[in-house]
Amino acid sequence: MTTLIVNGTERRFDGDPDMPLLWFLRDELGLTGTKFGCGQALCGACTVHVDGSAVRACQTPVSAIDGAKVTTIEGLSPDGEHPVQVAWRALNVSQCGYCQTGQIMQAASLLKDIPDPSDDDIDTAMSGNLCRCGTYPRIRAAIKQAAKGGRP
Amino acid sequence: MIANLSRRGLLGGIAAGGLVLGIGLPAARGQQQQRFGADGMPNGWRDDPRLFVAIAEDGIVTITCHRQEMGQGVRTSIPMVIAEELEADWSKVRVTQAPGDEARFGNQDTDGSRSLRHFFTPMRHAGAAARTMLEAAAAKQWGVPAEEVRAANHAVLHEKSGRSLGFGALARAAAEMPVPDRTTLRLKDPASFRLIGKDTVGLLDNHDITTGRAGYGIDARVEGMLHAVVARPPVFGGKVTSFDAAEALAVPGVVKVVAIDAPAIPSEFQPLGGIAVIARNTWAAMQGRDKLKITWDDGPHAVYSSDTYRAQLQEAARKPGKVVRSAGDVDRALAGAAKRVEAEYYIPHLAQTPLEPPAALVRIRDGQCEAWACTQAPQATRTRLAQRLKLPEDKVTVHVTLLGGGFGRKSKPDFVLEAGLCSQAMDGAPVKLTWTREDDLHHGFYHTVSVERLEAGLDADGKPVAWLHRSVAPTIGSIFAPDPKHELPLELGMGMVNLPFPIPNIRMENPEAVAHARIGWFRSVSNIPHAFAIQSFVAELAHAAGRDPKDYLLELIGPPRLYDPTDLGDVWNHGEDPKRYPIDTGRLRRVVEAAAEGIGWGRAMPQGSGLGLAGHYSFVSYVAAAVEVKMGSRGEISFPRVDIAIDCGPQVNPERIRSQMEGAVVMGTGLALSAEVSFKDGRVQQNNFDAYELTRIDSAPREIRVHLLPSRDYSQPLGGVGEPGVPPVAPAIANAVFAATGKRIRQLPIRDQLTT
Repeated sequence: MTTLIVNGTERRFDGDPDMPLLWFLRDELGLTGTKFGCGQALCGACTVHVDGSAVRACQTPVSAIDGAKVTTIEGLSPDGEHPVQVAWRALNVSQCGYCQTGQIMQAASLLKDIPDPSDDDIDTAMSGNLCRCGTYPRIRAAIKQAAKGGRP
Repeated sequence: MIANLSRRGLLGGIAAGGLVLGIGLPAARGQQQQRFGADGMPNGWRDDPRLFVAIAEDGIVTITCHRQEMGQGVRTSIPMVIAEELEADWSKVRVTQAPGDEARFGNQDTDGSRSLRHFFTPMRHAGAAARTMLEAAAAKQWGVPAEEVRAANHAVLHEKSGRSLGFGALARAAAEMPVPDRTTLRLKDPASFRLIGKDTVGLLDNHDITTGRAGYGIDARVEGMLHAVVARPPVFGGKVTSFDAAEALAVPGVVKVVAIDAPAIPSEFQPLGGIAVIARNTWAAMQGRDKLKITWDDGPHAVYSSDTYRAQLQEAARKPGKVVRSAGDVDRALAGAAKRVEAEYYIPHLAQTPLEPPAALVRIRDGQCEAWACTQAPQATRTRLAQRLKLPEDKVTVHVTLLGGGFGRKSKPDFVLEAGLCSQAMDGAPVKLTWTREDDLHHGFYHTVSVERLEAGLDADGKPVAWLHRSVAPTIGSIFAPDPKHELPLELGMGMVNLPFPIPNIRMENPEAVAHARIGWFRSVSNIPHAFAIQSFVAELAHAAGRDPKDYLLELIGPPRLYDPTDLGDVWNHGEDPKRYPIDTGRLRRVVEAAAEGIGWGRAMPQGSGLGLAGHYSFVSYVAAAVEVKMGSRGEISFPRVDIAIDCGPQVNPERIRSQMEGAVVMGTGLALSAEVSFKDGRVQQNNFDAYELTRIDSAPREIRVHLLPSRDYSQPLGGVGEPGVPPVAPAIANAVFAATGKRIRQLPIRDQLTT
């Protein structure tokens, strides 16, 4: 039996201990904001926060994080008003939007660690998150805007 | 009743109870006459306001979008057009997605960069007709002539008496009004547009996307849903010889293993066959699949290896082939030329790899089949699903989710059919079927692979007097017909035969190529190899002539003039009327000039840096890209800046046009630098994003500047936006690399060709 605190709620799991957190969130808890893109920690679409740090849920077995606090995009802010989310909307970053929940979770983690990141900091933190639509210039701009609170 | 309009307490909605009438059908279709644009598409177009607009008594306007959202912004842009003519307050507009039903909505195939090109006018009509009905209802209630009232800001006003009624208050009465004939409609003067052509509207799904609520195909869920993955033949055309599912069935959570028959070839959009594993969750299904023991018969395509195939394409390109355009006497002009230049370019297979892999949910209950799918082609999905499941089409409903990227992959509904077959095997229980990234790379509909061979003869001034182009590539037609060996008119018409250069002697040939993999369309399709080869070659000619590449390209394009594409041998012209959509070399010139000016063409560049330029006409739009490259000490490439200029005619949503151009630059960068699908013994060699490398934030151009060429005349035809940004990017990069290093790139991707 594994116990996790997901977005503030205690959740128990007694299935395959190797099941990645991604599928526990999506299939068992119905938290589909965390996305499947590669299953190999190569694209970042499944990025969530585990005990405050950004991790790839597709490569994190549920059993490996027993007792951890997990935050998904659904729990990033109560009202969708986290500065990163605000900036993402203000700059219309998204195209298809599929990767953006992972991008936002990664960016929120970056800004927690480095409140005013340089371009190199952004490259380092965000290069694990693929966007097939190519929204990178706006992601970069939105992170800089979020660093100033989200609104222009 | 429009099923998907049953949102909360919808009362008196214009669309509610709307019958499907034929009034939206294009009038007077000639029996023999060739039809163009939306008229030429299956099921044409509709503009009946009752199909697209519903107004509730609380004033909320619900607009039905019948085109599929995959990042191009269509769920924002099409409703903008309706809301503009309707005089609706955008904050009171909601959007609902139409199911696959072309008999009602008109064509829904969302590809070919056609949505606004084909539906701008019908959607204006739908909005204007709904507005006219609201005005008529208000005039009737007040007992005044309709001419005295007008709609503005979500209400109808009677200025003389100062009365006004909101849309919500008028909704019920408006629904009783006759639908006005489209010829009587008063369309807005573009000078008074509030939404169209402005940057006033944000992305419709912004909030859902940024909070994780946006629903994609892979996110569809219903009560009691099972999950499936499929083990497919590792080689296209292969089949299962035997299999043992005992260990798979022993995996906790696995409930059933089902064989899917291999299709007849050509297989169109049919599943490839294989063994499906159905389980209580996706992870269990994947674990079960890993435990399957399958013996495969690889079939005839196990011979397919990219290295040897490339040599075959090259060999074919060095011999004469089927002539697809000819003017003057190329052989004689080449023989008499002062200088001859030849070059051969290789462009590999690509995979679309939308970040959401193919995924769909299907349920069959009481003889009714429902699918939830991230499909670009909901009607094709519905038709094929009905055929494959042996159900009448009217018993099949295809709900369209958001698409987590499409790029052509999701035009093919094979994955929905797989989900349908799994549901059928489970007596109709809901089954969601998910492709892994490995599945997506191994079993796709790949962008073709091609060798483009060009030869030119220059006169003493360095001006081309002869042009010979041979394109050799397996055709998309191979998924539809047995063993075609030539490119289709639509492939040749993507920037090859319709070359608008005034060269007196031109011959274009298409030698034979055999397809050994499923070929499909990838964003901008054959424009990718054609633009790469032609725009690289033009820069090579400029170099041979000792000329500036920009000046040379502009001279080759020549003065502004119009070509009827059929005169150039292009009978396709992206499906558009050659009279309404001639090729305008003036517009091509202007985008080249705008991109060059944007990047600061001609400025002194430091050692190891360079500028490159390319312009291309596709999807009846004109795009040029100018790229600045900077070479690192070990030959690695970075892009300080890209300027891209587009003339797509009148603009509906400039904000989304800019985002499409930015995205096209990034996608073009990826296919130039690193993306390649290759085969060995019939098997794709790339498994995931470690080997199929896409552009990441640190390798993307640092700055992308988009130049939208102004066009305020909304009577002019619209061009495409989603695709035409891609083709000029790779050749502009290759030309910039040449400027920076003196090394000419003739093979994509560049990968380690420049590293030391």
